Amino acid sequence: MKNTVALILAGGQGTRLGVLTEEMAKPAIPFGGKYRIIDFTLSNCVNSGIFRVGVLTQYRPHVLNNHIGIGRAWDLDRKEGGVSILPPYMMANEGIWYKGTADAVFQNMDFVDMYNPEYVLILSGDHVYAMDYNCMMEKHLSKRADGTIACMNVPLSEASRFGIMVADPEDRIVEFQEKPKKPKSTLASLGIYIFRWEFLRDILIDDSKDEKSTHDFGKDIIPKIVNQNLGRLYIYEFDGYWQDVGTIRSYWESNLELTRPIPPLNLYDPNWRFYTQTEEMPPAYIGDEAVINNSMISEGCEIHGVVENSVIFQGAKIGKGAVVRNSIVMTKSEVGEGSVLEKVVLSERVKVGKKVHIGFGEDVPNEEKPELYTDGITTVANDVRIPDGIKIGKNCAIFPRVVENDFKGDLESGKILRRSR
Amino acid sequence: MKVLGLILAGARGKNLGPLTRMRASAALPVCGKYRAIDFTLSNMVNSGISKVGILTQFSPRSLMDHLGSGKEWNLDRKTGGLFILQPFATETSMFWYKGTADSIFQNMTLLRRGEENYVLIGSGDHIYKMDFTDLFRYHFSSGADVTVVVKEFDESYDLREYGIVELDGKNRIVNFEEKPKKPKTRLASLGIYFMNKDLLMELLYSHVPEGGYDLVKDIFIPNINKLRFQAYIFDGYWRNIKKGIREFYRINMDFLKEEIRRELFYKHGKVYTKLKDLPPPKFTGTSRVSSSIVSDGSVISGTVMRSVIFRRVRIKAGAVVKNSIIFEGTTIEEGARVENAIVDKYAMIRVEKMVIGTADYPAIIEKGAVI
Repeated sequence: MKNTVALILAGGQGTRLGVLTEEMAKPAIPFGGKYRIIDFTLSNCVNSGIFRVGVLTQYRPHVLNNHIGIGRAWDLDRKEGGVSILPPYMMANEGIWYKGTADAVFQNMDFVDMYNPEYVLILSGDHVYAMDYNCMMEKHLSKRADGTIACMNVPLSEASRFGIMVADPEDRIVEFQEKPKKPKSTLASLGIYIFRWEFLRDILIDDSKDEKSTHDFGKDIIPKIVNQNLGRLYIYEFDGYWQDVGTIRSYWESNLELTRPIPPLNLYDPNWRFYTQTEEMPPAYIGDEAVINNSMISEGCEIHGVVENSVIFQGAKIGKGAVVRNSIVMTKSEVGEGSVLEKVVLSERVKVGKKVHIGFGEDVPNEEKPELYTDGITTVANDVRIPDGIKIGKNCAIFPRVVENDFKGDLESGKILRRSR
Repeated sequence: MKVLGLILAGARGKNLGPLTRMRASAALPVCGKYRAIDFTLSNMVNSGISKVGILTQFSPRSLMDHLGSGKEWNLDRKTGGLFILQPFATETSMFWYKGTADSIFQNMTLLRRGEENYVLIGSGDHIYKMDFTDLFRYHFSSGADVTVVVKEFDESYDLREYGIVELDGKNRIVNFEEKPKKPKTRLASLGIYFMNKDLLMELLYSHVPEGGYDLVKDIFIPNINKLRFQAYIFDGYWRNIKKGIREFYRINMDFLKEEIRRELFYKHGKVYTKLKDLPPPKFTGTSRVSSSIVSDGSVISGTVMRSVIFRRVRIKAGAVVKNSIIFEGTTIEEGARVENAIVDKYAMIRVEKMVIGTADYPAIIEKGAVI
């Protein structure tokens, strides 16, 4: 892997995560008690022996930039290589945003050329998974491929959300459909590509001149290579854990899945550790009245109430008599005494007062975005302060930095609360 | 003003039996994920000291493994940073450190070089949180040559192993007795000293070559009237982990008290320690946990009460752990019962086995043991 450069696309907003990505990009969203989503991809790189990594940012990069820093937590503070954060930049005449995933790579061609690698590994910072890229590279080399795309079998009903591939018996890709209405197979692209850099470089230069192109790997580059037979693309079938966590529901589920006795994603594997940048905090303290079942409780937590089927992040406090069920409570959030949370995603630094009820009442669809806030899950964004005694229903969403005065009494199911200015 | 930190971490901790057979007392595990030395080291770093020498001697492997390059304490620096000072052999001689003063004397180069003009000496065995900048201010305002940190202990505390001081009305030390059989006051020195670097060098050069190997007995006490020794009175939580097994056990149990966690973790900066990148602990459907500390990487399925659980511990369903300290990587199997015990690293308490001690005499299971 010494001749490989990894590029992590981390510029996406992740709009389907609603208020959670209001103030940070999707790769920066906290996951699994102490991690952020991008940690999984970064750790996979390091564990696979890739130490030249570019992280391409665009949407709301502050949390991400701050988190990655010089890459120390991942051993990416290197004399040679290491991690570089690559935001869009100005050129002589103009500055342009990244127009698509392929354009983002095209605009950072100089960065890749600097290392003069044989291969580039294109990754997404949006996914939670454990993968040894060496296995994929072996496949790429044994097929003498120009490009290799990691894929996974998905249920037919979900296939239309992905890029779908049809491969011949030799595993060479003969057809590629991006988010097809009528999928021809169930082999879905995971957005993980290995390319010969020389090969990709030419394709990207060509694509940049194509005014009809949207400069996206899935929509333009891959179909173009396959349809015009520009090179040999192969599939690499992955059978491990991979999650897009693209919706609030799948985010909530994937987190809660970790609290099961043997979860599909093994965070405890000593040979495949996930690294992250965290604040130094003492171990969790479990108080004398606490009851904890099927949950993860992180460092710095002080738990005095009941926690069931929940993931509690670093430095969170659960007061006496409080009940947190089927919920996610992120870093430094506090749940006051006697409050009850049921199916709630509580983002970072939220202060829930005393005797607050969240997640009760009828399962009414969300009034503005019924497709986002579903399944009875109520989502509270970062830095919200909820006053004592308030009741909040199901399928609600509260925007970042909403404070006590913004609440005009209880919030019924399906409502959205914004900060009033 | 620039301060050089020196931490004496060479002690063997002979009162701690099997716990210090393979590790220096400064490397004793505390509160789920720390080692004793983390507290003094973090106090120094939090007070703005960026060059720290650690004097080791006995079984330093675990200590050195813990400290590494000093990265976790922000001490991996181009200038300054962390220095681990071990006894060494030269062409003509091979020395063990013969005492506290001797250990500093043998590493005189660290004092001679560098632009620091003051030295803060501390011990790796003490558990406390202190803002040293306040001590520095006191040193200058009181006109001291040497400032000694002292604490008043109540009658229940055995002071026979301590240096006892008597003060005048302005907190000047007028009498300093090392390990007296009958202490005259309840004011004991905490082994934390602050002084001018050149003064320390002068004192070492004039006493150590003549056999004055102990800093307190051979250097401070003979000069008690010639120099101005001021006492800085500390009234916070302070414990000496080296004192004995019972004390070690109590110190760990103290962390279950909220006011002690507040003082040690949330006052005067954080306590830093080696990172292990483990996932948060998991509590399964059969777990019953109360009044306990549980650290990263552990999986709890059994019952845990009033205990300190270190990293990567497995407590299986039906196991009961009460009033105990379980070190890193230990497994307590189904139906086993552990009460009033200290279980060292990577031990295994097999199905339905019992390990039961008392609060005054906790049972000790050695590192790697299988019961």
